[in-house]
Amino acid sequence: MHYRNYGFLLSNLILKDFKIRYRNMSLGILWSLVNPLVMMGVLTFVFTRLFANNQIPHFAVFVLCALVPFNFFTVSWATATTSLLENQALIKRVRFPREIIPVSSVLANCLHFLIQIALLLTFVLGFGYAVNPNWLWLPVVWGLEVVFVCGLAMATSALDVYLRDMRYVVESANVLMFWLVPIFYSFEIIPPQYRLVYQLNPVSAVVLACRNILLEAKAPPSSLLIKLFLVSFLSLGLGTLIFRGLRRGFADLV
Amino acid sequence: MTIGGPSVEIRDVTKSFSHHSTRALLKSRIAGWFRRPQGGRFYALRNVSCAVEAGQSLAIVGPNGAGKSTLLTLAAGISFPDRGTIVTRGSIAALLELGSGFHPDLTGRENVRLNASLLGLTRRETMARFDSIVEFSELGEFIDEPLRTYSTGMVMRLAFAVAVNVDPDILIIDEVFAVGDRQFQAKCIRKILDFRNAGKTLLCVSHSAAVLEQLCDRALWLERGETVMSGDLREVLDAYHSSAQERARAVK
Repeated sequence: MHYRNYGFLLSNLILKDFKIRYRNMSLGILWSLVNPLVMMGVLTFVFTRLFANNQIPHFAVFVLCALVPFNFFTVSWATATTSLLENQALIKRVRFPREIIPVSSVLANCLHFLIQIALLLTFVLGFGYAVNPNWLWLPVVWGLEVVFVCGLAMATSALDVYLRDMRYVVESANVLMFWLVPIFYSFEIIPPQYRLVYQLNPVSAVVLACRNILLEAKAPPSSLLIKLFLVSFLSLGLGTLIFRGLRRGFADLV
Repeated sequence: MTIGGPSVEIRDVTKSFSHHSTRALLKSRIAGWFRRPQGGRFYALRNVSCAVEAGQSLAIVGPNGAGKSTLLTLAAGISFPDRGTIVTRGSIAALLELGSGFHPDLTGRENVRLNASLLGLTRRETMARFDSIVEFSELGEFIDEPLRTYSTGMVMRLAFAVAVNVDPDILIIDEVFAVGDRQFQAKCIRKILDFRNAGKTLLCVSHSAAVLEQLCDRALWLERGETVMSGDLREVLDAYHSSAQERARAVK
Protein backbone atom coordinates (compact mmCIF):
# COMPACT_ATOMS: atom_id res chain seq x y z
CA MET A 1 0.00 0.00 0.00
CA HIS A 2 1.05 3.55 -0.57
CA TYR A 3 1.55 5.40 2.63
CA ARG A 4 0.78 9.08 2.44
CA ASN A 5 1.07 11.84 4.93
CA TYR A 6 -2.33 13.45 5.26
CA GLY A 7 -1.21 16.09 7.76
CA PHE A 8 -1.00 18.72 5.02
CA LEU A 9 -4.55 18.01 3.87
CA LEU A 10 -5.83 18.05 7.45
CA SER A 11 -4.16 21.37 8.22
CA ASN A 12 -5.43 22.91 4.97
CA LEU A 13 -9.01 21.88 5.71
CA ILE A 14 -8.81 23.27 9.24
CA LEU A 15 -7.37 26.56 8.00
CA LYS A 16 -9.97 26.79 5.24
CA ASP A 17 -12.79 26.44 7.72
CA PHE A 18 -11.31 29.06 10.01
CA LYS A 19 -10.45 31.58 7.30
CA ILE A 20 -13.80 31.38 5.58
CA ARG A 21 -15.66 31.90 8.81
CA TYR A 22 -13.77 35.02 9.74
CA ARG A 23 -12.69 36.65 6.52
CA ASN A 24 -16.02 38.36 5.95
CA MET A 25 -16.66 39.48 9.50
CA SER A 26 -15.52 42.85 10.70
CA LEU A 27 -15.24 41.71 14.33
CA GLY A 28 -13.44 38.54 13.27
CA ILE A 29 -12.17 36.41 16.09
CA LEU A 30 -13.94 38.49 18.74
CA TRP A 31 -17.13 36.65 17.80
CA SER A 32 -15.74 33.57 19.54
CA LEU A 33 -15.87 35.54 22.78
CA VAL A 34 -19.37 36.94 22.49
CA ASN A 35 -21.32 33.74 23.09
CA PRO A 36 -19.62 32.60 26.32
CA LEU A 37 -19.62 36.15 27.70
CA VAL A 38 -23.34 36.65 27.06
CA MET A 39 -24.21 33.23 28.49
CA MET A 40 -22.04 33.91 31.51
CA GLY A 41 -23.80 37.25 32.09
CA VAL A 42 -27.29 35.79 31.77
CA LEU A 43 -26.65 32.76 33.97
CA THR A 44 -24.94 34.89 36.59
CA PHE A 45 -27.94 37.26 36.61
CA VAL A 46 -30.45 34.40 36.92
CA PHE A 47 -28.61 32.50 39.64
CA THR A 48 -27.33 35.36 41.75
CA ARG A 49 -30.26 37.79 41.40
CA LEU A 50 -33.36 35.64 40.75
CA PHE A 51 -32.49 32.34 42.44
CA ALA A 52 -30.04 33.87 44.83
CA ASN A 53 -29.73 30.94 47.20
CA ASN A 54 -26.47 29.39 46.11
CA GLN A 55 -23.32 29.63 48.19
CA ILE A 56 -20.94 29.54 45.25
CA PRO A 57 -18.28 32.26 45.37
CA HIS A 58 -17.40 34.11 42.13
CA PHE A 59 -20.37 32.62 40.33
CA ALA A 60 -19.42 34.21 36.97
CA VAL A 61 -16.09 32.43 36.74
CA PHE A 62 -17.62 29.24 38.17
CA VAL A 63 -20.08 29.23 35.25
CA LEU A 64 -17.45 30.16 32.68
CA CYS A 65 -15.33 27.13 33.72
CA ALA A 66 -18.23 25.01 32.47
CA LEU A 67 -19.41 27.10 29.53
CA VAL A 68 -16.09 27.00 27.67
CA PRO A 69 -15.74 23.18 27.49
CA PHE A 70 -19.52 22.81 27.08
CA ASN A 71 -19.64 25.26 24.15
CA PHE A 72 -16.79 23.50 22.43
CA PHE A 73 -18.58 20.18 22.85
CA THR A 74 -21.96 21.25 21.49
CA VAL A 75 -20.71 23.37 18.59
CA SER A 76 -18.07 20.95 17.36
CA TRP A 77 -20.33 17.92 17.71
CA ALA A 78 -23.19 19.57 15.82
CA THR A 79 -21.05 20.96 12.99
CA ALA A 80 -19.07 17.73 12.59
CA THR A 81 -22.27 15.67 12.41
CA THR A 82 -23.33 17.39 9.18
CA SER A 83 -19.77 17.72 7.83
CA LEU A 84 -19.89 14.73 5.46
CA LEU A 85 -23.05 15.92 3.74
CA GLU A 86 -21.73 19.46 3.55
CA ASN A 87 -18.63 18.19 1.77
CA GLN A 88 -20.50 15.94 -0.63
CA ALA A 89 -18.74 17.45 -3.65
CA LEU A 90 -15.42 16.25 -2.25
CA ILE A 91 -16.73 12.84 -1.22
CA LYS A 92 -18.17 12.17 -4.65
CA ARG A 93 -15.15 13.40 -6.59
CA VAL A 94 -11.94 13.01 -4.63
CA ARG A 95 -10.25 10.06 -3.02
CA PHE A 96 -8.84 10.63 0.45
CA PRO A 97 -9.50 9.05 3.85
CA ARG A 98 -13.04 10.13 4.73
CA GLU A 99 -12.24 10.31 8.45
CA ILE A 100 -10.43 13.56 7.71
CA ILE A 101 -13.73 15.39 7.15
CA PRO A 102 -15.37 15.05 10.61
CA VAL A 103 -12.00 15.17 12.38
CA SER A 104 -10.95 18.40 10.63
CA SER A 105 -14.34 19.88 11.48
CA VAL A 106 -13.78 19.17 15.19
CA LEU A 107 -10.19 20.41 15.06
CA ALA A 108 -11.24 23.63 13.31
CA ASN A 109 -13.45 24.29 16.32
CA CYS A 110 -10.41 23.77 18.55
CA LEU A 111 -9.15 27.15 17.36
CA HIS A 112 -12.26 28.79 18.80
CA PHE A 113 -11.87 26.64 21.87
CA LEU A 114 -8.34 28.01 22.38
CA ILE A 115 -9.60 31.59 22.13
CA GLN A 116 -12.31 30.85 24.69
CA ILE A 117 -9.74 29.17 26.94
CA ALA A 118 -7.71 32.38 26.84
CA LEU A 119 -10.85 34.24 27.90
CA LEU A 120 -11.46 31.76 30.73
CA LEU A 121 -7.91 32.00 32.05
CA THR A 122 -8.10 35.80 31.93
CA PHE A 123 -11.25 35.72 34.07
CA VAL A 124 -9.75 33.18 36.49
CA LEU A 125 -6.71 35.41 37.06
CA GLY A 126 -8.88 38.54 37.12
CA PHE A 127 -10.97 37.09 39.95
CA GLY A 128 -7.78 36.63 41.99
CA TYR A 129 -7.08 32.92 41.52
CA ALA A 130 -3.38 32.22 41.11
CA VAL A 131 -1.53 30.08 38.60
CA ASN A 132 -0.69 26.74 40.22
CA PRO A 133 1.26 23.65 39.08
CA ASN A 134 -2.00 21.72 38.62
CA TRP A 135 -2.65 23.87 35.54
CA LEU A 136 -0.48 21.29 33.78
CA TRP A 137 -3.52 18.99 33.95
CA LEU A 138 -5.57 21.41 31.83
CA PRO A 139 -4.18 20.42 28.42
CA VAL A 140 -4.63 16.74 29.34
CA VAL A 141 -8.26 17.20 30.33
CA TRP A 142 -9.15 19.38 27.32
CA GLY A 143 -7.23 17.05 25.02
CA LEU A 144 -9.32 14.11 26.24
CA GLU A 145 -12.46 16.10 25.51
CA VAL A 146 -11.25 16.60 21.91
CA VAL A 147 -10.66 12.83 21.63
CA PHE A 148 -14.16 12.18 22.97
CA VAL A 149 -15.81 14.58 20.49
CA CYS A 150 -13.81 13.16 17.55
CA GLY A 151 -15.12 9.66 18.31
CA LEU A 152 -18.68 10.84 18.77
CA ALA A 153 -18.52 12.98 15.62
CA MET A 154 -17.24 10.10 13.48
CA ALA A 155 -20.18 7.96 14.56
CA THR A 156 -22.88 10.61 14.12
CA SER A 157 -21.51 12.06 10.87
CA ALA A 158 -21.46 8.59 9.29
CA LEU A 159 -24.97 7.86 10.56
CA ASP A 160 -26.17 11.24 9.25
CA VAL A 161 -25.35 10.08 5.71
CA TYR A 162 -27.76 7.16 6.10
CA LEU A 163 -30.33 8.86 8.33
CA ARG A 164 -30.66 12.58 7.77
CA ASP A 165 -32.53 12.91 11.06
CA MET A 166 -29.29 12.36 12.94
CA ARG A 167 -28.59 16.10 13.14
CA TYR A 168 -31.85 16.67 15.03
CA VAL A 169 -30.99 13.90 17.45
CA VAL A 170 -27.68 15.65 18.10
CA GLU A 171 -29.35 19.05 18.52
CA SER A 172 -31.77 17.61 21.08
CA ALA A 173 -28.99 15.81 22.90
CA ASN A 174 -27.11 19.11 23.15
CA VAL A 175 -30.11 20.82 24.73
CA LEU A 176 -30.40 18.04 27.28
CA MET A 177 -26.69 18.23 27.98
CA PHE A 178 -27.04 21.84 29.11
CA TRP A 179 -29.11 20.59 32.05
CA LEU A 180 -27.23 17.34 32.65
CA VAL A 181 -23.78 18.91 32.82
CA PRO A 182 -23.10 20.80 36.05
CA ILE A 183 -22.89 24.22 34.41
CA PHE A 184 -24.84 26.40 36.85
CA TYR A 185 -24.83 24.00 39.79
CA SER A 186 -22.04 22.32 41.67
CA PHE A 187 -21.17 18.65 41.98
CA GLU A 188 -21.87 18.76 45.73
CA ILE A 189 -25.65 19.13 45.31
CA ILE A 190 -25.89 15.97 43.17
CA PRO A 191 -27.28 13.06 45.24
CA PRO A 192 -24.61 10.33 45.65
CA GLN A 193 -26.57 7.72 43.69
CA TYR A 194 -26.34 9.88 40.51
CA ARG A 195 -22.73 10.95 40.83
CA LEU A 196 -21.31 8.03 38.87
CA VAL A 197 -23.34 9.08 35.81
CA TYR A 198 -21.86 12.57 36.02
CA GLN A 199 -18.34 11.21 36.29
CA LEU A 200 -18.83 8.91 33.32
CA ASN A 201 -20.09 11.74 31.12
CA PRO A 202 -16.86 13.16 29.69
CA VAL A 203 -18.29 16.67 29.29
CA SER A 204 -19.25 16.95 32.94
CA ALA A 205 -16.03 15.20 33.96
CA VAL A 206 -14.08 17.92 32.10
CA VAL A 207 -16.13 20.62 33.84
CA LEU A 208 -15.51 19.09 37.27
CA ALA A 209 -11.80 18.72 36.55
CA CYS A 210 -11.55 22.35 35.34
CA ARG A 211 -13.12 23.59 38.59
CA ASN A 212 -10.77 21.41 40.66
CA ILE A 213 -7.76 22.80 38.87
CA LEU A 214 -8.70 26.46 38.38
CA LEU A 215 -10.89 27.28 41.39
CA GLU A 216 -9.72 24.83 44.06
CA ALA A 217 -6.05 24.70 43.01
CA LYS A 218 -5.91 20.95 43.30
CA ALA A 219 -5.41 18.06 40.91
CA PRO A 220 -8.58 16.30 39.72
CA PRO A 221 -9.14 12.98 41.55
CA SER A 222 -7.44 10.14 39.71
CA SER A 223 -10.69 8.14 39.69
CA LEU A 224 -12.27 10.96 37.64
CA LEU A 225 -9.30 11.18 35.27
CA ILE A 226 -9.30 7.43 34.66
CA LYS A 227 -13.01 7.46 33.81
CA LEU A 228 -12.54 10.45 31.50
CA PHE A 229 -9.63 8.71 29.78
CA LEU A 230 -11.46 5.40 29.34
CA VAL A 231 -14.74 6.85 28.07
CA SER A 232 -12.96 9.23 25.66
CA PHE A 233 -10.91 6.48 24.05
CA LEU A 234 -13.88 4.11 24.06
CA SER A 235 -15.75 6.79 22.10
CA LEU A 236 -12.85 7.15 19.65
CA GLY A 237 -12.64 3.38 19.17
CA LEU A 238 -16.37 2.85 18.69
CA GLY A 239 -16.66 5.96 16.49
CA THR A 240 -13.87 4.67 14.24
CA LEU A 241 -15.50 1.24 14.00
CA ILE A 242 -18.91 2.67 13.09
CA PHE A 243 -17.32 5.04 10.56
CA ARG A 244 -15.31 2.26 8.91
CA GLY A 245 -18.38 0.05 8.77
CA LEU A 246 -20.41 2.68 6.97
CA ARG A 247 -17.93 4.56 4.78
CA ARG A 248 -18.14 2.34 1.69
CA GLY A 249 -21.54 3.76 0.86
CA PHE A 250 -20.67 7.45 1.40
CA ALA A 251 -19.93 8.34 -2.25
CA ASP A 252 -23.24 6.79 -3.37
CA LEU A 253 -25.45 8.27 -0.65
CA VAL A 254 -24.26 11.80 0.17
CA MET B 1 6.27 -1.20 -5.06
CA THR B 2 4.67 -2.04 -8.39
CA ILE B 3 4.43 -5.78 -8.86
CA GLY B 4 3.82 -7.29 -12.29
CA GLY B 5 0.40 -6.93 -13.87
CA PRO B 6 -1.70 -4.20 -15.42
CA SER B 7 -1.92 -0.75 -13.79
CA VAL B 8 -5.68 -0.95 -13.69
CA GLU B 9 -7.52 -4.26 -13.72
CA ILE B 10 -11.31 -4.30 -13.66
CA ARG B 11 -12.79 -7.78 -13.47
CA ASP B 12 -16.46 -8.56 -13.98
CA VAL B 13 -17.66 -5.48 -12.15
CA THR B 14 -21.34 -4.78 -11.45
CA LYS B 15 -22.58 -1.61 -9.80
CA SER B 16 -26.17 -0.71 -8.99
CA PHE B 17 -27.92 2.16 -7.25
CA SER B 18 -31.16 2.11 -5.34
CA HIS B 19 -33.87 4.31 -6.83
CA HIS B 20 -34.75 5.49 -3.35
CA SER B 21 -31.32 6.29 -2.01
CA THR B 22 -32.20 9.95 -1.55
CA ARG B 23 -34.98 9.17 0.92
CA ALA B 24 -32.61 8.66 3.80
CA LEU B 25 -35.04 9.71 6.48
CA LEU B 26 -35.95 7.84 9.59
CA LYS B 27 -39.59 7.68 8.48
CA SER B 28 -38.84 5.81 5.26
CA ARG B 29 -36.36 3.54 7.03
CA ILE B 30 -38.95 2.48 9.56
CA ALA B 31 -41.56 2.10 6.83
CA GLY B 32 -39.03 -0.07 5.01
CA TRP B 33 -39.05 -2.62 7.81
CA PHE B 34 -42.73 -3.31 7.27
CA ARG B 35 -42.93 -3.08 3.51
CA ARG B 36 -41.21 -5.15 0.92
CA PRO B 37 -38.45 -3.29 -0.92
CA GLN B 38 -39.89 -1.23 -3.74
CA GLY B 39 -38.64 0.40 -6.88
CA GLY B 40 -35.85 -2.04 -7.53
CA ARG B 41 -32.35 -1.08 -8.53
CA PHE B 42 -30.77 0.74 -11.40
CA TYR B 43 -27.77 -1.03 -12.88
CA ALA B 44 -25.09 1.47 -13.86
CA LEU B 45 -22.62 -1.28 -14.81
CA ARG B 46 -23.09 -4.98 -15.52
CA ASN B 47 -20.21 -7.45 -15.70
CA VAL B 48 -17.70 -4.99 -17.14
CA SER B 49 -14.08 -6.06 -17.46
CA CYS B 50 -11.01 -4.31 -18.79
CA ALA B 51 -7.31 -4.01 -18.10
CA VAL B 52 -4.92 -1.15 -18.78
CA GLU B 53 -1.21 -1.91 -18.84
CA ALA B 54 1.31 0.58 -17.51
CA GLY B 55 2.02 3.18 -20.19
CA GLN B 56 -1.22 2.50 -22.02
CA SER B 57 -4.14 4.84 -22.22
CA LEU B 58 -7.74 3.79 -22.42
CA ALA B 59 -10.65 5.89 -23.66
CA ILE B 60 -14.13 5.08 -22.41
CA VAL B 61 -16.84 6.05 -24.89
CA GLY B 62 -20.59 5.75 -25.00
CA PRO B 63 -23.76 7.85 -24.87
CA ASN B 64 -24.94 9.68 -21.74
CA GLY B 65 -25.92 7.28 -18.98
CA ALA B 66 -23.74 4.47 -20.32
CA GLY B 67 -21.86 4.13 -17.01
CA LYS B 68 -18.63 5.84 -18.07
CA SER B 69 -18.35 8.12 -15.04
CA THR B 70 -19.42 5.33 -12.69
CA LEU B 71 -16.59 3.20 -14.03
CA LEU B 72 -14.13 6.03 -13.40
CA THR B 73 -15.29 6.57 -9.80
CA LEU B 74 -14.87 2.83 -9.19
CA ALA B 75 -11.39 2.79 -10.74
CA ALA B 76 -10.47 5.83 -8.64
CA GLY B 77 -11.49 4.03 -5.45
CA ILE B 78 -14.14 6.62 -4.60
CA SER B 79 -17.09 4.28 -4.77
CA PHE B 80 -17.20 0.48 -4.56
CA PRO B 81 -18.72 -2.22 -6.81
CA ASP B 82 -21.52 -4.62 -5.79
CA ARG B 83 -19.67 -7.51 -7.38
CA GLY B 84 -16.35 -7.99 -9.13
CA THR B 85 -12.87 -6.73 -8.31
CA ILE B 86 -10.80 -3.69 -9.10
CA VAL B 87 -7.04 -3.79 -8.71
CA THR B 88 -4.85 -0.74 -9.25
CA ARG B 89 -1.07 -0.59 -9.06
CA GLY B 90 0.56 2.77 -8.36
CA SER B 91 -0.60 6.16 -7.17
CA ILE B 92 -3.83 7.51 -8.64
CA ALA B 93 -5.07 11.01 -9.27
CA ALA B 94 -8.65 11.37 -10.42
CA LEU B 95 -9.76 14.56 -12.15
CA LEU B 96 -13.45 13.89 -12.09
CA GLU B 97 -14.08 17.56 -11.62
CA LEU B 98 -11.74 20.54 -11.80
CA GLY B 99 -11.03 22.59 -8.71
CA SER B 100 -12.36 20.22 -6.05
CA GLY B 101 -12.59 22.10 -2.78
CA PHE B 102 -12.08 25.52 -4.39
CA HIS B 103 -13.63 28.25 -2.31
CA PRO B 104 -14.43 31.75 -3.62
CA ASP B 105 -13.30 33.54 -0.45
CA LEU B 106 -9.82 32.02 -0.45
CA THR B 107 -7.04 33.45 -2.60
CA GLY B 108 -5.68 31.61 -5.61
CA ARG B 109 -2.62 30.67 -3.57
CA GLU B 110 -4.71 29.22 -0.72
CA ASN B 111 -6.91 27.32 -3.15
CA VAL B 112 -3.88 25.80 -4.87
CA ARG B 113 -2.58 24.49 -1.55
CA LEU B 114 -5.95 23.03 -0.59
CA ASN B 115 -6.65 21.51 -3.99
CA ALA B 116 -3.14 20.05 -4.26
CA SER B 117 -3.43 18.45 -0.84
CA LEU B 118 -6.82 16.98 -1.79
CA LEU B 119 -5.23 15.47 -4.90
CA GLY B 120 -2.69 13.82 -2.61
CA LEU B 121 0.35 16.10 -2.62
CA THR B 122 2.34 16.64 0.56
CA ARG B 123 3.38 20.06 1.82
CA ARG B 124 6.88 19.68 0.37
CA GLU B 125 5.64 18.53 -3.05
CA THR B 126 3.20 21.44 -3.20
CA MET B 127 5.91 23.96 -2.35
CA ALA B 128 8.22 22.47 -4.97
CA ARG B 129 5.58 22.64 -7.71
CA PHE B 130 3.93 25.88 -6.71
CA ASP B 131 5.84 28.11 -9.16
CA SER B 132 5.23 25.82 -12.11
CA ILE B 133 1.52 25.67 -11.20
CA VAL B 134 1.25 29.47 -11.20
CA GLU B 135 3.26 29.71 -14.40
CA PHE B 136 1.08 27.12 -16.11
CA SER B 137 -2.09 28.92 -15.04
CA GLU B 138 -0.82 32.23 -16.52
CA LEU B 139 -2.47 34.07 -13.62
CA GLY B 140 0.56 36.10 -12.54
CA GLU B 141 -0.26 38.71 -9.90
CA PHE B 142 -3.86 37.49 -9.54
CA ILE B 143 -2.66 34.48 -7.55
CA ASP B 144 -3.01 36.48 -4.31
CA GLU B 145 -6.51 37.75 -5.07
CA PRO B 146 -9.64 35.95 -3.80
CA LEU B 147 -11.08 33.47 -6.26
CA ARG B 148 -14.41 35.31 -6.48
CA THR B 149 -12.64 38.10 -8.40
CA TYR B 150 -11.59 35.62 -11.14
CA SER B 151 -13.36 35.00 -14.42
CA THR B 152 -14.63 31.45 -15.04
CA GLY B 153 -11.80 30.88 -17.48
CA MET B 154 -9.22 31.93 -14.88
CA VAL B 155 -10.66 29.54 -12.25
CA MET B 156 -10.58 26.68 -14.75
CA ARG B 157 -7.01 27.48 -15.78
CA LEU B 158 -5.89 27.45 -12.16
CA ALA B 159 -7.71 24.17 -11.48
CA PHE B 160 -6.16 22.51 -14.50
CA ALA B 161 -2.72 23.85 -13.61
CA VAL B 162 -2.87 22.11 -10.23
CA ALA B 163 -4.26 18.93 -11.74
CA VAL B 164 -1.58 18.49 -14.39
CA ASN B 165 1.15 19.11 -11.85
CA VAL B 166 0.10 16.28 -9.53
CA ASP B 167 2.07 13.68 -11.50
CA PRO B 168 0.57 10.34 -10.37
CA ASP B 169 1.26 6.87 -11.83
CA ILE B 170 -2.35 6.59 -13.01
CA LEU B 171 -4.36 9.59 -14.19
CA ILE B 172 -8.13 9.37 -14.46
CA ILE B 173 -9.83 12.17 -16.38
CA ASP B 174 -13.55 12.77 -16.82
CA GLU B 175 -14.37 15.26 -19.58
CA VAL B 176 -12.47 18.19 -18.16
CA PHE B 177 -10.81 19.42 -21.34
CA ALA B 178 -13.24 22.20 -22.13
CA VAL B 179 -10.93 24.63 -20.40
CA GLY B 180 -10.03 28.14 -21.41
CA ASP B 181 -9.26 29.17 -24.97
CA ARG B 182 -7.97 26.95 -27.73
CA GLN B 183 -4.36 27.83 -27.02
CA PHE B 184 -4.70 26.84 -23.35
CA GLN B 185 -6.49 23.61 -24.30
CA ALA B 186 -3.62 22.70 -26.60
CA LYS B 187 -1.21 23.33 -23.73
CA CYS B 188 -3.19 20.99 -21.45
CA ILE B 189 -3.21 18.24 -24.06
CA ARG B 190 0.54 18.63 -24.54
CA LYS B 191 1.05 18.29 -20.80
CA ILE B 192 -0.97 15.08 -20.69
CA LEU B 193 0.95 13.71 -23.68
CA ASP B 194 4.20 14.35 -21.80
CA PHE B 195 2.74 12.44 -18.91
CA ARG B 196 1.86 9.52 -21.18
CA ASN B 197 5.26 9.53 -22.80
CA ALA B 198 6.79 9.23 -19.34
CA GLY B 199 5.22 5.74 -19.19
CA LYS B 200 2.25 6.63 -17.00
CA THR B 201 -1.25 5.19 -17.36
CA LEU B 202 -4.28 7.15 -18.47
CA LEU B 203 -8.01 6.48 -18.19
CA CYS B 204 -10.09 9.03 -19.98
CA VAL B 205 -13.70 9.91 -20.75
CA SER B 206 -14.44 12.52 -23.40
CA HIS B 207 -17.08 13.18 -26.02
CA SER B 208 -14.48 14.76 -28.27
CA ALA B 209 -13.07 12.23 -30.71
CA ALA B 210 -10.27 14.67 -31.57
CA VAL B 211 -9.11 14.74 -27.95
CA LEU B 212 -9.30 10.97 -27.59
CA GLU B 213 -7.37 10.40 -30.80
CA GLN B 214 -4.54 12.53 -29.50
CA LEU B 215 -4.40 10.95 -26.06
CA CYS B 216 -5.50 7.33 -26.20
CA ASP B 217 -4.55 4.12 -27.96
CA ARG B 218 -7.29 1.78 -26.75
CA ALA B 219 -10.99 2.20 -26.12
CA LEU B 220 -13.89 0.63 -24.26
CA TRP B 221 -17.40 1.26 -25.59
CA LEU B 222 -20.16 1.06 -22.99
CA GLU B 223 -23.90 1.22 -23.53
CA ARG B 224 -26.44 0.99 -20.67
CA GLY B 225 -23.77 -0.35 -18.37
CA GLU B 226 -22.64 -3.16 -20.65
CA THR B 227 -19.57 -3.58 -22.78
CA VAL B 228 -20.32 -3.32 -26.49
CA MET B 229 -16.78 -3.45 -27.78
CA SER B 230 -13.25 -2.99 -26.59
CA GLY B 231 -9.94 -2.86 -28.40
CA ASP B 232 -7.98 -0.54 -30.66
CA LEU B 233 -9.12 3.08 -30.36
CA ARG B 234 -9.58 3.65 -34.10
CA GLU B 235 -11.73 0.55 -34.60
CA VAL B 236 -13.90 1.15 -31.54
CA LEU B 237 -14.44 4.83 -32.40
CA ASP B 238 -15.39 3.96 -36.01
CA ALA B 239 -17.89 1.34 -34.85
CA TYR B 240 -19.27 3.67 -32.18
CA HIS B 241 -19.73 6.59 -34.55
CA SER B 242 -21.35 4.54 -37.30
CA SER B 243 -23.79 3.05 -34.78
CA ALA B 244 -24.58 6.55 -33.49
CA GLN B 245 -25.24 7.72 -37.06
CA GLU B 246 -27.46 4.73 -37.76
CA ARG B 247 -29.49 5.49 -34.68
CA ALA B 248 -29.79 9.14 -35.70
CA ARG B 249 -31.06 8.03 -39.12
CA ALA B 250 -33.52 5.61 -37.53
CA VAL B 251 -34.97 8.47 -35.46
CA LYS B 252 -35.60 10.50 -38.62
